[in-house]
Amino acid sequence: MISIAAFWILSAVAVISALMVVSARNPVHSVLFLILTFFTTAGLFVLLGAEYLAMLLIVVYVGAVAVLFLFVVMMLDIDFVELKQGFMRYLPIGGLVALILFGMFIMVTSARIEAKIDPNMLASPTPDVSITSNAKAIGEILYTNYILFFQLAGLVLFVAMVGAIVLTLQHRQNVKRQSVTAQTARNRKTGVEIAKPKTGEGVSL
Amino acid sequence: MQGLVHDLGAFWGTLAGIGLSLLYLVAVLLTVAFILVFDRKVWAAVQMRKGPNVVGPFGLLQSFADFLKFVLKEIVIPSGANKTVFVIAPVITVLTSFMAWAVVPMAPGWGISNMNVGILYILAISSLGIYGIIMGGWASNSKYPFLGALRSAAQMVSYEVSIGFVIVTVLLLVGSLNLTDIVNHQKAGIWDWHAFSFIGAIVHGGSFAKVALGVVTGLIMFMMLWIFFISALAETNRPPFDLPEAESELVAGYQVEYSATLYLLFMMAEYVNIVFMCAMISIMFLGGWNLPWAEVTNPFIGCLVLYVKIWVIFFLFAMVKAIVPRYRYDQLMRIGWKIFLPTTLVAVAVVGAYVAFFGGNA
Repeated sequence: MISIAAFWILSAVAVISALMVVSARNPVHSVLFLILTFFTTAGLFVLLGAEYLAMLLIVVYVGAVAVLFLFVVMMLDIDFVELKQGFMRYLPIGGLVALILFGMFIMVTSARIEAKIDPNMLASPTPDVSITSNAKAIGEILYTNYILFFQLAGLVLFVAMVGAIVLTLQHRQNVKRQSVTAQTARNRKTGVEIAKPKTGEGVSL
Repeated sequence: MQGLVHDLGAFWGTLAGIGLSLLYLVAVLLTVAFILVFDRKVWAAVQMRKGPNVVGPFGLLQSFADFLKFVLKEIVIPSGANKTVFVIAPVITVLTSFMAWAVVPMAPGWGISNMNVGILYILAISSLGIYGIIMGGWASNSKYPFLGALRSAAQMVSYEVSIGFVIVTVLLLVGSLNLTDIVNHQKAGIWDWHAFSFIGAIVHGGSFAKVALGVVTGLIMFMMLWIFFISALAETNRPPFDLPEAESELVAGYQVEYSATLYLLFMMAEYVNIVFMCAMISIMFLGGWNLPWAEVTNPFIGCLVLYVKIWVIFFLFAMVKAIVPRYRYDQLMRIGWKIFLPTTLVAVAVVGAYVAFFGGNA
């Protein structure tokens, strides 16, 4: 009973906030609604018994990706009116993409129910959720059968990261930089110079 | 809580669960109230002052007086502020700080939720805490709060990384994401506490290679405790890492425009987070509710032991606040990314090797 109530509340909030993402006037509000959508989706995952996935969704998307979104959107000086003008123009394309995605969802879910179980899949079945936690189950399958894909995905992300750094890093000359080792290695002898100037002469620096 | 629903039926079980959560909430709030006085008292003692000493015996009730003062004052919302976000921000901060407590087991069998991804839940919730601060800073529609919010978000994101890796080392040793499992893994005695597991490696014996790598791992875990401690300081915006508020440069950072109850919520959330970090340190590294020489099975004694540990670690937090001067922002970033991140990465590799080759300390 509680889980049913939770499902309706969570899915209603998810759908409404997803609508608000595209219809909110202020882009910052849009991002905040996006975060709410992620959060409620994670709640739905918990209801499905996929708590590991739910936590990962929050850690990765809400904790890292959406923070960057929010950063960027907050820093930009956006003309809200101009932003809204393209809405009707892009509506057909956006609607088409949404429709295709929705069709794919339906195809995937119905395929899962109808398809006969592949004997190759049965050769290494994932353990039942009742005997293992799903963090363990995902780990066991991710680091054995899918190790190549897992590592390749990591590599792709790594390349992307290196690319971003290469694109933005500039070695500028004539910029004063701090040397932390030099700073911490300073002691009384190197840091202080005692000068005893004669009266009327001063010190040459 | 699932157990309650199972034992008492859906309605009474839910009601009992809500009651339990409220009890937990009140306990945490009372702890925060007294720990705040304790914090100020320690600070005062270091500076040879008396600290709060007017309200109640030894000033013990100072926090309650402050609470009343905050609640009775007027909430000022700047006219240029984004009102909804402005009000929601502190509420989110305080909510997430309390949500994290849901998985903390206070004693054997005592806790609201004993979920098997407890640690991940904590990571997830603590990453949500940033939003309150960013939203507060942005919604104030003023430069100082915005700068403070940006600083604070960058700081929290940076130190979450090293906190995550430190937690991974503990998880590797325990082999579970459940907080109760983590405590039970350290139940034998002080030599099995993760902070002192280099003693445990010698006590448990085995081949020379196992003992040697075990001692190295143990020493690394001892280091991890301090990295976690320092990262916790940064994560909760405690001095010496209180750059988000940096009253000398940014007035008070993201909370400049906040007054009365809304400010109270921010401050309360900060202290709830600090107490939470103290609890996490005791659970992950210092044996949780177990005594140094024996396992504790009585929940009342266990709760008391964990509580004492929380206060002892908070004393360290308070002393750091009193003694260490504030860091510069680039130094803070340097420590987080250039020192803690590589160190913890190497630590994960070494601990992982120990667990993979010798099966850990079990």
